[in-house]
Amino acid sequence: MKYVSEYRNREAAERYVEELHKITTRNWNIMEVCGGQTHSILKYGIDRLIPDAVELIHGPGCPVCVTPVGLIDKAISIASDDSVIFCSFGDMMRVPGSQRDLLSVKAAGGDVRMVYSPLDAVRIANENPEREVVFFAVGFETTAPVTAAAVLRADALGLSNFSMLAAHVLVPPAIEAVLSSPGCRIQGFLAAGHVCSVMGYTEYEPLAEKYKVPIVVTGFEPLDILEGLHMCVTQLEKGTYRVENQYHRSVTRGGNQDAVALINRVFRPSDRKWRGIGEIPGSGLEFTEDYSSFDASVRFGVEEMSVEEPSECISGLVLTGERKPDQCPAFGEACTPQHPLGAPMVSTEGACAAYFRYRRTT
Amino acid sequence: MSTGKDFTASCPIPIAEYPEVTMAHGGGGTLMHDLINRMMLSVFTAPGLLTRHDGAVLDPPEGRLAFTTDSHVITPIFFPGGDIGALSVYGTINDLAMCGAKPLWLSAGFILEEGFPMEDLWRVVSSMADAASIASVSIVTGDTKVVDRGKGDGIYINTAGIGAVPDGVDIGPHRILPGDVVIISGDIGRHGISIMAVREGMDLHIPVESDLAPLHHLSAALLDEGLDVHCMRDLTRGGLASGLNEMAAASDSTICIVEDLIPIREEVLGACEILGFDPLYVANEGRFALVLPEDQVERALAILREQGSAQACRIGSVRPLNSAPVIMRSAIGSERIVDMLSGEQLPRIC
Repeated sequence: MKYVSEYRNREAAERYVEELHKITTRNWNIMEVCGGQTHSILKYGIDRLIPDAVELIHGPGCPVCVTPVGLIDKAISIASDDSVIFCSFGDMMRVPGSQRDLLSVKAAGGDVRMVYSPLDAVRIANENPEREVVFFAVGFETTAPVTAAAVLRADALGLSNFSMLAAHVLVPPAIEAVLSSPGCRIQGFLAAGHVCSVMGYTEYEPLAEKYKVPIVVTGFEPLDILEGLHMCVTQLEKGTYRVENQYHRSVTRGGNQDAVALINRVFRPSDRKWRGIGEIPGSGLEFTEDYSSFDASVRFGVEEMSVEEPSECISGLVLTGERKPDQCPAFGEACTPQHPLGAPMVSTEGACAAYFRYRRTT
Repeated sequence: MSTGKDFTASCPIPIAEYPEVTMAHGGGGTLMHDLINRMMLSVFTAPGLLTRHDGAVLDPPEGRLAFTTDSHVITPIFFPGGDIGALSVYGTINDLAMCGAKPLWLSAGFILEEGFPMEDLWRVVSSMADAASIASVSIVTGDTKVVDRGKGDGIYINTAGIGAVPDGVDIGPHRILPGDVVIISGDIGRHGISIMAVREGMDLHIPVESDLAPLHHLSAALLDEGLDVHCMRDLTRGGLASGLNEMAAASDSTICIVEDLIPIREEVLGACEILGFDPLYVANEGRFALVLPEDQVERALAILREQGSAQACRIGSVRPLNSAPVIMRSAIGSERIVDMLSGEQLPRIC
């Protein structure tokens, strides 16, 4: 497959691995920010190929995983309303709220639909003028432009029956939260390539400077990750801390300005709670005044509920890289993809799901 | 698999009379008899069926019997490469074939939703008849029920099948041994992707047709040649990964496969990349995994290829039970487990 199989080439991978072994002289802790990268690492066994001295710490880059329980309960409450067609991406459907998940709402008769794009939800709203259509907008900066475009489309169509539960999160504030946490042992980052395709990477430059950590914008295929690691370890060994771009084929320093403009037209940054981590200033997106009529929270008057996480779940520690999923006592026992205690066991990008799927032994 | 019939022209129930299935078509009265006599019996022509008795009375074949059942609930009912009719016949035939049986007789139970287009029913029924004829099986008994509008999904079909297992044939996971080789009959993932591509809401124009096909001729050819087939499994729901996991778990062994050896079409790989699916878990309807001793691999491959399965190939081997039931050597050379899927694969966010 063009543009994919080249980046899964065994000989090239072996050359990077060999190089990494050559240049690594001491222990380094590197966080891959994005859950998609975590899955690639586990799926292809990249962590088993690289030097033992390079420890990969899995970051909070799974939008499904960091959506707080209170917000999922809010979604469930709206989805249970008979007048509502509730639209969500597939991997949000099984994430447990405090009592149940969206699939259970569907099973109980709620009109919950899996969509592949927020624009599908707008189409559904256009076709069902007598129903309220709500889209659960979850994702990082990568999907935010399409979410914004959906709002603009609904606005252009004059749809008064369309709204969104905005649950977008932003990566740079999360990296800063990780770096500023006491006892942070992360020395370098692989930043999420797809997020930077939209946003570029200027936002990361002050972070690299302030915390003296190299940040390498990295793709998702095995060779991308190996090359990103090579670039990061090279900087660490030299003692430099610049932002570098491994993912040239998709990312430019300035990003996609049209996409960024779409986001900024509809949304503005807001403080936002992350599941298992807590509130991170400026890490979410809320509607600007002009588009606040599309805010489902306001329309349905559902307050964010404050909900306790299951005490056995250490997803907060997993999401900040302080623990590996298989260091959780509940892993594979009380917590499995069939009976998840926390979102990282559900999402296709969740670190716990990746460990369960690719590493669990019988 | 196209049946090549001009459905509308030959529907024996005049569309103008009853364009859609009504509750009365399941009520046991004249309309139901009309549906059965004019439509069903015009294509299902087994002698037993034509006697219109309560059940089929059949002469036992030689050997032992294999008996299986499968219910078919698919959306959309017509998809690239097939439809629910052909699927309901081949699905059950393939289960019989995996037992080493020669499929003989099928039953067909229809649950129709009020309002289901008569024309579509005719297309489905005709397709079933064609599939049965291609696979040389007879549909010998059947049933039709109609449920209220909103209580079904257009049409559900249950088929049960009986086949004859020749004496001396013993196929099942209990025969899998360390050292055996795992062969796959062709490329994987096409059925699941063809369905996803035409499902409502998916604007992906993926040129992929379902692999829907009967497998009985392949299993028969292997057995007729006297190969010592240890186990066969058709790779339907849950795909290759689930089939291998089931076989490994039931035989207390570990199956090791090599990612680079598994045939997958570019279009399928591309669609899986976009949707965040793993092709190992995507459904097939005309593929099976075959486990047999190493010294029979070349003959088995030659037979499968001769029967039209050009992409049949070896994908791995059986080892004594290790850390997990199924282990795969990845494209870049490391090993990982291939787990059973916990539920449905859900398309990812980004």
